[in-house]
Amino acid sequence: MLVQTIMKNKTKQVKYQAVIAADECKGCERCVNACPKSVLQMGREFNFMGFPYAVYVGEGCIGCGACFYTCPEPGAITIVKVTGD
Amino acid sequence: MTETIVHGRPKGFFATFERRPGPIKKNMHYCPGCGHGILQKLIAEAISDLQIQDKTIIISPVGCSVFSYYYFDCFGISVPHGRAPATATGLVRSNPDSIVISYQGDGDLGAIGFNNFIQAANRGENMCVFFVNNAVYGMTGGQMAPTTLPGQKTLTSPYGRSTDNEGYPLKVSEMVAALDSPVYVERAALSTAKNILAARKAVRKALRNTIDRKGFSMVEFLAGCPTNLKLDAKAMNEFINNRMIPCFPLGCFKDIADERDPIRRPAGIYDRKKVRELLYPVRVEKGVPPDFRNNSEIFQKTRKIKLGGFGGQGVLSLGKMIATMGRLRNFNVSWLPSYGPEMRGGTANCSVIISRKTIGSPVIDKNCNLLIVLNQPSMDKFLPELKQNGVLIYDSTTIAKPDCSPDKIVYAVDASNIAKKIGSLMYANSVILGALAVALDSYFLTPADQADFDRTFEEAIMDCFSNKETIIKLNIEAFYAGKKAVIESRAGKK
Ligand SMILES: Cc1ncc(C[n+]2csc(CCOP(=O)(O)OP(=O)(O)O)c2C)c(N)n1
Ligand code: SF4
Ligand code: SF4
Ligand code: SF4
Repeated sequence: MLVQTIMKNKTKQVKYQAVIAADECKGCERCVNACPKSVLQMGREFNFMGFPYAVYVGEGCIGCGACFYTCPEPGAITIVKVTGD
Repeated sequence: MTETIVHGRPKGFFATFERRPGPIKKNMHYCPGCGHGILQKLIAEAISDLQIQDKTIIISPVGCSVFSYYYFDCFGISVPHGRAPATATGLVRSNPDSIVISYQGDGDLGAIGFNNFIQAANRGENMCVFFVNNAVYGMTGGQMAPTTLPGQKTLTSPYGRSTDNEGYPLKVSEMVAALDSPVYVERAALSTAKNILAARKAVRKALRNTIDRKGFSMVEFLAGCPTNLKLDAKAMNEFINNRMIPCFPLGCFKDIADERDPIRRPAGIYDRKKVRELLYPVRVEKGVPPDFRNNSEIFQKTRKIKLGGFGGQGVLSLGKMIATMGRLRNFNVSWLPSYGPEMRGGTANCSVIISRKTIGSPVIDKNCNLLIVLNQPSMDKFLPELKQNGVLIYDSTTIAKPDCSPDKIVYAVDASNIAKKIGSLMYANSVILGALAVALDSYFLTPADQADFDRTFEEAIMDCFSNKETIIKLNIEAFYAGKKAVIESRAGKK
């Protein structure tokens, strides 16, 4: 508990976010299966190509990159690091 | 608040894929969940991180990855099925600074192109082979590949691959690792995130070896073809992990790059003239000015000359002398030898074409107008191919008088006997050349041409036996002996 508090004070607040480009996704679900935090899901809508596409639930990404590397599409997934003050 | 991209579209890809049809120019043509996409992302990321895009050439094979050159922002080249390692060899030998990646599927590498691949590996060519083993032929609809698992059902193994009938899967990594030349061989899997990260490392290691010119590196990637295996993402990964990996164990099979010095190949020859001299001692000339030397009237029409004999009789060099003669007289010439098992016994032959016009094809197909034969089988084979009013010259020492139609103009030359008198049977071809000079002389030459004509033949002999003085002398002697014999026999007949 003590260690955690120290860490928090020392470092800025860091958050990660998975951003899905809907029209580049082919709905294969690899990322959904790969995410250790289960923060990706298949959406209910269809993209321009007619594929259902993955969506980020909005919270809980740890930036591990598993979804990015398992996704066969070049830019369907982007992992963004958000650093707050 | 600041936002930084920690994982995003690799810079080794084009920003947009302009060659993709349709409005979405950012994703690839692969099926959803395909292993090719996963690997190509790793490669794109690596060539950008290693800053080698401006010297990387990625070879797109035949297979689902045939359009790889749509995607990578580096150089690309397409090759016939299975031929990537041969093309890669040419690329890297002619430009050793290039980083050549041979990207291949299991049908491409393991089946149709296996010899190309294994020879390049064994020569230790400085290249990277990225081998996608998805256990089927993807592009053509899921036929059995050499790497199809025992019992695996495919389009062409509907009851499952039977090891009794089709044998066991081809273990490419194990085979390559057993060779001495390759420096790095690893098998990775494009399944779980952990395996994909190991694959990512292997891609980079292989590329670094190529950058350091350490020789041949190969990484085999167990990959999913969810379409042909009819599996969803989860089942596809399970197939790779639970069925493929037990058959194709992961890991590094060989890594000796540190022990090897960088490869230095002999420098290439870039002088076109030198290459041509090496490859084609007699050149096919085009468009020389018509007033070069004596522009004789012989061969106003294209002359197609067929020469046949047995290997070692000098048929090919006789053809070369005739072609050289034609070249010295400012004709377009071609010389096409036919090698084969004949070189060790049977009939050897070559085709020589001499023409004022550009020669389209060096092949003479049953329509020669001058036939020279030095043994009986060639006579039997080629005489029916001699055109009407054609000229036949043959060695009467070894060949029986042919039974040919009266329109033919026949020269029987006791060539082998004359040659033996000069010192060796190997001069028989020059004796025949002498006979040819007479044949051409009396049918096609004007008197003004004649003196110069003999000199042309002499020059041709010198050209063909360059720097062997005694041989040149004896061949010229044989040439005149052949001429004399034909002239005398004609005089005798009259
Ligand atoms: C000379 C030649 N023979 C056969 C074919 C047909 N052909 C196209 S792709 C292919 C198999 C490709 O399988 P693989 O190398 O495993 O690649 P994948 O499609 O699975 O990525 C074949 C046989 C061809 N294009 N050219
Ligand atoms: S980066 Fe990791 S935690 Fe975040 S969405 Fe992707 S797989 Fe899940
Ligand atoms: S892995 Fe990529 S293509 Fe597949 S569902 Fe996720 S974002 Fe879409
Ligand atoms: S057929 Fe198989 S290998 Fe080819 S693109 Fe589709 S999933 Fe990939």
